[in-house]
Amino acid sequence: MRNLTGLLFAGGLGFMLLSIASGLDFGAPPMLVGEAIQSVAPQETGATNIVTSVVLGYRGIDTLGELSILFAAAAAAGLVLGRRHTTAGTLTEGGFVLRYGGAMLFPLLMTIGFYIIFHGHLTPGGGFQGGVILAAAFFLPLLARPGARLHHGMLSMIEGFAGSSFILIGLVALAEGEAFLQPMLIQDTLGQLVSAGTLPLLYLAVGLKVGAELAGLLSHLAQTESEA
Amino acid sequence: MTPTIDLELILYITALGLISIGLAGVVLSQHLFRMVLALVIAEAGANLMLVLAGYRWDAVAPILTSLGEHPQMVDPVPQAMVLTAIVIGVGIQALAVSILIRIRQRFGTLDRHEVAAHMDAEIAQIAGTSRDMSQESPLGERPLPPLPGTPAASREGRS
Repeated sequence: MRNLTGLLFAGGLGFMLLSIASGLDFGAPPMLVGEAIQSVAPQETGATNIVTSVVLGYRGIDTLGELSILFAAAAAAGLVLGRRHTTAGTLTEGGFVLRYGGAMLFPLLMTIGFYIIFHGHLTPGGGFQGGVILAAAFFLPLLARPGARLHHGMLSMIEGFAGSSFILIGLVALAEGEAFLQPMLIQDTLGQLVSAGTLPLLYLAVGLKVGAELAGLLSHLAQTESEA
Repeated sequence: MTPTIDLELILYITALGLISIGLAGVVLSQHLFRMVLALVIAEAGANLMLVLAGYRWDAVAPILTSLGEHPQMVDPVPQAMVLTAIVIGVGIQALAVSILIRIRQRFGTLDRHEVAAHMDAEIAQIAGTSRDMSQESPLGERPLPPLPGTPAASREGRS
């Protein structure tokens, strides 16, 4: 009976959403703001990746709010799991492939992560994606070697530095008489690596913050799991 | 109007189907970790729906590839929103999983009913009351005495 009710609920919800969606005009978005941003974004922010100019330029304060949500989630997970770890990392030694593969992958993952972060204003990618790759690079040794642990104080330092530098860049724009987080120092080098003014700096801060936060979260989860 | 199976319908059904499957999993599953996984599926459907909202026929990804021409591009705003939604989703999932780890350490199970029974028992023990409370007869005094002249009082007088 309960299952039937649940199925009816899900099916009815799907039908309702589908009937609403069938009224939408597919392939011709009604939003005008996207059109407007597309026509002015490359000149206003100097970034060829328009998604980046939306994330950091036009909706920069939303990105700041989203970073604080991520920080709150990471802090809450750390609070729930606590600091007490009876065991660190995995208990069994990883195999040959896992140990040496992990050690060899670390520099490659770091390179790719920073590459994606630094090219966030030119190609698909950016701070969020590159930060996740950085977190994976630091998480790999935890899986491969027993007793390996991350330096949580260092991670908190990086995280705090990145978060405060994001806000600081926004405040500098405010001090210059612009809006908070307004892109500045727009060079006339559209499509070059050094272009788009402060946007790559903001994305670097985002990438470091996301990477440090996710690495801390993952190591918290991995180290507490074997405690039970 | 006869429904035709075209790309548009397939994409919408995929996105909305993922949302429905995820919510059905949240409602139906007894295991807490499966609930989290179902939530992840629903989130994937919601993200796909957002990206579909900005789709445009014959348009390219919103990245300038050459300086001169300016081709039709899909709407970049929903893509930016999805980018942030995915990262928030990962954070929320990590928080949910860490709470599940604590529950499992405390009660040794992740079954929904067993966890609820354990929690009821602990709450009752801390409050110093008996566990078998029915919803019809709540504990403690009634907040107000029954008004005189109501049917209940008159029935009492008759008996």
